[in-house]
Amino acid sequence: MNYGPLVFLAAFFALASSWCGFVLTPQLQIGRLQQTNTASGAAVTYPVSRPGLARQGLEVYRANGCAYCHSQQVGQSGTAVEIALTDAGTNQAATVAALLSLAKATNDEPAVWTALPALEMARSNSPATNLLSGLPKAFLRGSNPATAKAAVKALDSTSAKAELRIVPFGADLARGWGKRRTVAEDFLFDSPVMPGSQRIGPDLADVGTRLPDVQWQLLHLYAPQLVVKGSAMPPYRFLFEKRAVERGQSPEALVLPGKFAPPSGYEVVPKPAAKALAAYLVSLHPDAPLFDAPMTVASAAAATPTNSPAASEPAATNAAPATAPAK
Amino acid sequence: MLFLSAAVWLLVASVFGLIASIKFHAPGFLADSACLTYGRVRPASANAMLYGFCLQAGLGVALWMLARLGRTMLAAPWLVIVGALCWNLGVAAGLLGILTGGSTGFENLEMPAYAASLVFLGYLMMVVWGVLTFHQRRERQLYVSQWFLFAALFWFPWTYSTANLLLLGFQVRGMAQAVIAWWYSDNLLVVWFGLIGLAAVFYFVPKLTSRDLHSRYLALLTFWMLILFGSWGGIPASAPVPAWMPASSVVATGLGVVTVISVFLNMRRTLGGKCLPFMSDPSLKFIGFGLVAFVIGGFASGIMAWPALGQLTLFTWFIPARDLLNSYGFFAMVMFGAVYYIAPQLVGRQFLSPKLVRAHFWIAAAGVLLFVVPLAVGGILQGLRLRHADIAFTDIAKGTLPFLRVSTMGDLLMALGHVLFLANLAGLVLQFYRARAVSAWKEATAEIQPAEATP
Repeated sequence: MNYGPLVFLAAFFALASSWCGFVLTPQLQIGRLQQTNTASGAAVTYPVSRPGLARQGLEVYRANGCAYCHSQQVGQSGTAVEIALTDAGTNQAATVAALLSLAKATNDEPAVWTALPALEMARSNSPATNLLSGLPKAFLRGSNPATAKAAVKALDSTSAKAELRIVPFGADLARGWGKRRTVAEDFLFDSPVMPGSQRIGPDLADVGTRLPDVQWQLLHLYAPQLVVKGSAMPPYRFLFEKRAVERGQSPEALVLPGKFAPPSGYEVVPKPAAKALAAYLVSLHPDAPLFDAPMTVASAAAATPTNSPAASEPAATNAAPATAPAK
Repeated sequence: MLFLSAAVWLLVASVFGLIASIKFHAPGFLADSACLTYGRVRPASANAMLYGFCLQAGLGVALWMLARLGRTMLAAPWLVIVGALCWNLGVAAGLLGILTGGSTGFENLEMPAYAASLVFLGYLMMVVWGVLTFHQRRERQLYVSQWFLFAALFWFPWTYSTANLLLLGFQVRGMAQAVIAWWYSDNLLVVWFGLIGLAAVFYFVPKLTSRDLHSRYLALLTFWMLILFGSWGGIPASAPVPAWMPASSVVATGLGVVTVISVFLNMRRTLGGKCLPFMSDPSLKFIGFGLVAFVIGGFASGIMAWPALGQLTLFTWFIPARDLLNSYGFFAMVMFGAVYYIAPQLVGRQFLSPKLVRAHFWIAAAGVLLFVVPLAVGGILQGLRLRHADIAFTDIAKGTLPFLRVSTMGDLLMALGHVLFLANLAGLVLQFYRARAVSAWKEATAEIQPAEATP
């Protein structure tokens, strides 16, 4: 390599290959994504553009560098299938017998099936009516769809109604940080996209489901330690205004107890930036099942639009309420 | 051997860049003011460090080496000066932009579009003439370092303009933005820093130990591995993108170990297995430290690319620790060493106090260690605990605090090192101007005296 042009060509070739790999192809593959029908089969398109205030909130999120402490990438280790009974049917004795034989199978093939607490309870103390109370309820968890389908068939033949649920799992999901892994579609209408690289604070990909209350978000921005004990987050008081009360208190004023309260005659109200940021945070709830991230949304909610977070709570977020204060 | 005052100016300019970098090199500043919130100070500090110091010092050293290795003068020095001014203006505007909330939101590319265009213009002005210098070299035989330098000169404008155009100008949609931002970061931190840093290593180590570089072909391997595979890293395993992207990054980063091994072998044989010469010269101390950091950092990234381990360190403090080991432990340290060698030659004087140079080395080395080791350990612990959903998140966050406190000590030491570096260089420059003023005074008086004598 004694010639300048040769060195140039080498560098050109190497950089061009990586440019094709990580600039051109991603643009072709994910830069041109379109809204899709969600995998639940309902005529719901996903993603939907965020409301205007939330889009302004994204700018506040960007300007203040929230992404340096909060990631928005939930991971999952895999998906499992769960068998749930939605209706006990008329021949309950046969249903219970079928369930118990499935419970036996969990002993024989622990690699394929694990019994969920509901079934485990039934095995130890046997009032069988307990087993079928509080439906719909998941009984078994496994990893093989084929055997799961067979089990559903066995249960269905007893006049009960069983269903097969696809349940993503993983440490992040168990923390209640999301319902399924984050995928490229979730960011389609956001600009700039800020997936974050560190978890100095908790992941925010699904914070809108976890903490849907705008007032809570505002309080938390003003005084994080007030609502989350031991939080290391700095307060964002420059997003709020402390002003004298004129002609009665503003309906927007924060309700601040104890040492956080403003002196009497004053109130703390959020500036537009704070309201926008809170609206953005609440709008973060990627909950549509997609073909590349399948999950089963609880059947009653399957037909509702994906943008109503409270209604489409799926069965899998078992830990969500418990970890709510960890935002 | 000819030298130009242009390069002096360039280095003076990088001193100005450094002042900025020192001012901002204090992250973790928490205050009630919008400008000083963590999410703004942190990118400002990172950008001052990257664009203010690392890139600028890298360019200065690159141009000097190009002129030196080509046995020629820097072409069009005034344009280089204008370019450097433009660059510094751009960096200053960019930092102000970030502090007032104008950050772009892409890591390592936070400077807003107006500042980025100034920076780019400045770079072009400096580099076009760097390339001309390369072209009009009088020594036709190319030395190893020249491949690295030449490739680097051309690498930055392509990646920087691509990233800025596609992220700020003609925005692409959705996750493609994040992929391009990761691609750019990787090309800057791994490839560009690697190219310039290794060019300096391959030049200064043989030169200062008066030995020949062991193998040109091994260096060629390093070069190819670095540009081919270095540029494919950077997509984190967690990224919500099609799986082939993080997977190819894993493979490329794993192959990066070959680059590290080839550098290690080459240097070991060049030195004949002796480490002693490294302690003899202040510049070599810095470069030796950088080399060790490069090897350790390279192995760490290579091993952590392994998916099972990579999952562990995702989103933890391990990542900043690894990045700092690469950008500061390796690149900045090598640049310090190079500047300590070049600067006295440019002005034709010695440093006021060699003791201060030595002090800078020990302080900087301790600073890097105090920053990297606790954060790496703390990050791994944090990663282990993040995998257990029953450990509350606030407890995990609290668990990292002791490590963070130790690393702040590292930060302080590094900042102190910067003050010393600035003092050393300022002393040198002052000496130079005093000498210049004295000679100018003499010249002036010499002219006056005969004039007085004639009538």
